[in-house]
Amino acid sequence: MGIIKASKLVFDYIRRDEEENIEETDRAIDGLSVDVEKGSFVAVLGHNGSGKSTLAKHINAILVPTEGTVWVSGMDTADESKVWEIRKGAGMVFQNPDNQIIGNVVEEDVGFGPENIGVPTDDIWKRVDESLKAVGMTAFRYKSPNKLSGGQKQRVAIAGVMAMRPECIVLDEPTAMLDPDGRKEVIRTVTELNRKEGITVILITHYMEEVIGADRVIVMDEGKIVMDGTPREVFSRVDELKEYRLDVPQVTELAYELRKGGADMPAGILSIDEFVESFMAAMGGTEA
Amino acid sequence: MLREITIGQYYPVDSVLHRMDPRTKLFGTMVYIVSLFLADNVWCYLAAAVFLAAVIRLSHVPLSFMVRGLKAILFLLLISVSFNLFLTEGEELFRIWFLRVTREGVRMAGFMAVRLIFLVVGSSVMTLTTTPNQLTDGLEKSLGFLKKVRVPVHEMAMIMSIALRFIPILVEETDKIMKAQMARGADFESGGLVQKAKSMVPLLVPLFISAFRRATDLAMAMEARCYHGGEGRTRMKPLRYAGRDYAAYLTYAAYMGVMLALRTVF
Amino acid sequence: MAIKVEDLTYVYNAGTALEQKALDGVSFEIPDGQFVGLIGHTGSGKSTLIQHLNGLVKPTGGKIYYNGEDINGEGYSLRQLRSKVGLVFQYPEHQLFEVDVISDVCYGPRNLGLSEDEVRERAQAALRLVGMKEKYWDQSPFELSGGQKRRVAIAGVLAMNPEVLILDEPTAGLDPRGRDEILDQVRALHDARGMTIILVSHSMEDMARYAERLLVMNHGRKAFDGTPKEIFRHYRELEQMGLAAPQVTYVIHALRERGVELDEDITTVEEARDALLEALRTGRR
Repeated sequence: MGIIKASKLVFDYIRRDEEENIEETDRAIDGLSVDVEKGSFVAVLGHNGSGKSTLAKHINAILVPTEGTVWVSGMDTADESKVWEIRKGAGMVFQNPDNQIIGNVVEEDVGFGPENIGVPTDDIWKRVDESLKAVGMTAFRYKSPNKLSGGQKQRVAIAGVMAMRPECIVLDEPTAMLDPDGRKEVIRTVTELNRKEGITVILITHYMEEVIGADRVIVMDEGKIVMDGTPREVFSRVDELKEYRLDVPQVTELAYELRKGGADMPAGILSIDEFVESFMAAMGGTEA
Repeated sequence: MLREITIGQYYPVDSVLHRMDPRTKLFGTMVYIVSLFLADNVWCYLAAAVFLAAVIRLSHVPLSFMVRGLKAILFLLLISVSFNLFLTEGEELFRIWFLRVTREGVRMAGFMAVRLIFLVVGSSVMTLTTTPNQLTDGLEKSLGFLKKVRVPVHEMAMIMSIALRFIPILVEETDKIMKAQMARGADFESGGLVQKAKSMVPLLVPLFISAFRRATDLAMAMEARCYHGGEGRTRMKPLRYAGRDYAAYLTYAAYMGVMLALRTVF
Repeated sequence: MAIKVEDLTYVYNAGTALEQKALDGVSFEIPDGQFVGLIGHTGSGKSTLIQHLNGLVKPTGGKIYYNGEDINGEGYSLRQLRSKVGLVFQYPEHQLFEVDVISDVCYGPRNLGLSEDEVRERAQAALRLVGMKEKYWDQSPFELSGGQKRRVAIAGVLAMNPEVLILDEPTAGLDPRGRDEILDQVRALHDARGMTIILVSHSMEDMARYAERLLVMNHGRKAFDGTPKEIFRHYRELEQMGLAAPQVTYVIHALRERGVELDEDITTVEEARDALLEALRTGRR
């Protein structure tokens, strides 16, 4: 069993009227099973309402399953006595950078998590120093969060999670409200944490460019996993992705279109360099 | 640009006062306020003035910032001075139409004015040398004894600190919503009181919804970071008294002693 | 011409230590019916610029003319201007406040002092324009999905019957489908009603697809002004401004460097597909 495992997970959002009678149930996750290997970088894609954010909230025990089970580091998230242990081990970064920073000074915000779990003062400082360094925000430690850019705020939020020394970070559309620079900044930071510190990363997004570096891409639709594989495998199925209302990077689409037009191009091209090399090879082929 | 607004009026320089524990400053401010109400003769006020002048010098904050707070109470100051001036019984000095000005009235009005001014300047010394965060921490710690009678001191301090963080964000948001509604032809300026109040609805409803959404998000983010109340929580920056704080408490005692002595002697 | 901006300058916090030039001598003209993309790095001055165009911000220096009239001149009615130049802010759904969809859309036209019949007529027309079906009209706007809320908010501006529509990142936070729906609707407004569109976006791919002309802002100044094809030729300079060209542009330039004969002005996937298939077919180097 990996660090995160879900088995036949079902989650219903339930709306009740004033008398607490069930008025409407909305199935957000529908019998989903998944197993995430420790230390991997997993990207979860899906359009709004596909259930990806709901899944994310299960990993941090913010939501507990209606049916089925979720284990995080072997702990059942439905076990209330384990809630803080689970949240300590699986940190979460949310979409809106403003609404998750609590401290009025960057370093104090990073210290917030360790304070909550009762880490001794000297140790908090050590953790704050390390976490700020890991996300490259040491120079901003005395600043007010209000004076940072969106990307910087998200890096502070990531540092705040890192200071809890988690095994896993779940990022729920962390770049949706950022400009392109901020997006790159956040993805670079997360990738580095995964590579250097061996943190398991679950990145939820609908920007395709962000998932190219992942070890594994999961596509969700209507509360189910509909595609699961390496980026190359998933991106070689362009038509399917479009059916699930998702984009593909322009190079991937272009290579796919050329293949359809009879060109000898490999499937699932992800980068510009790869495209150029493959195209030149195809050109060579026509010459010969 | 509205984010540039700082809440409170902290003046960022380095001084003994800036480095002092917020609890010491809170207590000192209280001592000073009490002393102002004990003062009942010129000598007492003189001692209070000397003490205040010394503290201001120690704070390294320009005097102009100290007196800035007075503008806000100018009206209050005028009212209390005129009440004292005209309504105190005693030996008549002169008369303006039906208003009698007495010797006692002048004295009372003078004292009242000095008392109010010292009070405002004295508390500005605290707010100018203490960040809102330190102030919150200081309050939480100083009022810790109230926890025994089930006053949620930690929660109140947390609320204050979160408010400090979100006020600038909400101010900026207000500006944005206001502009968005103006782009839809809203007019927030003209019209009578009722009209104006009505025109606020398109501003206040979105603002309230936004604040509520932020609160929900923040609560979730705090829980995700293992926040579960004040119990079992450690502090990154625990308050610790240093030598300067003990020195300050000694000074307070000496100052109070002088005050009481002057009060009985004269 | 609809809009003429002349030597526009705007300074924040003038005369204080925080003084900052947000706009610095910006001039351009936008003729009626053009689809203009406005791009620039965060803080380049594009938001300040669009707020000037409908009189929400007063310039520190320079003039803005709408149909030849100085909008900050004496006696010019800003309310009238705002009905002509509609501005859709970023995350416009955050300005919704009414109990139902239709009342919210009525807010703008009602502010113009129109008769109640006309207000409703305009609101209904605007909701149809953004593709909001009638069954939603009496619902609370807060119960709609993110994309629907945004369309209602855009309808709120369209109900003012603007001649010019300015949209500040109208697709922020939407998924690809939501994005395409909004942008296609904007294009329809342009094509069918001849509306002048000014679209602020970070997505160069979208700009290449939709805009006829691009204005590039950098540090408060106008850096480039031209058709997308002209602008994307400067992809190296754009990168220095924290911007980029569409991925296709990079592919084309890389292939040209490797000796493949291609038109450098290819900016969309469709154009690239045709050109590359042609190149493969003829095998020309």
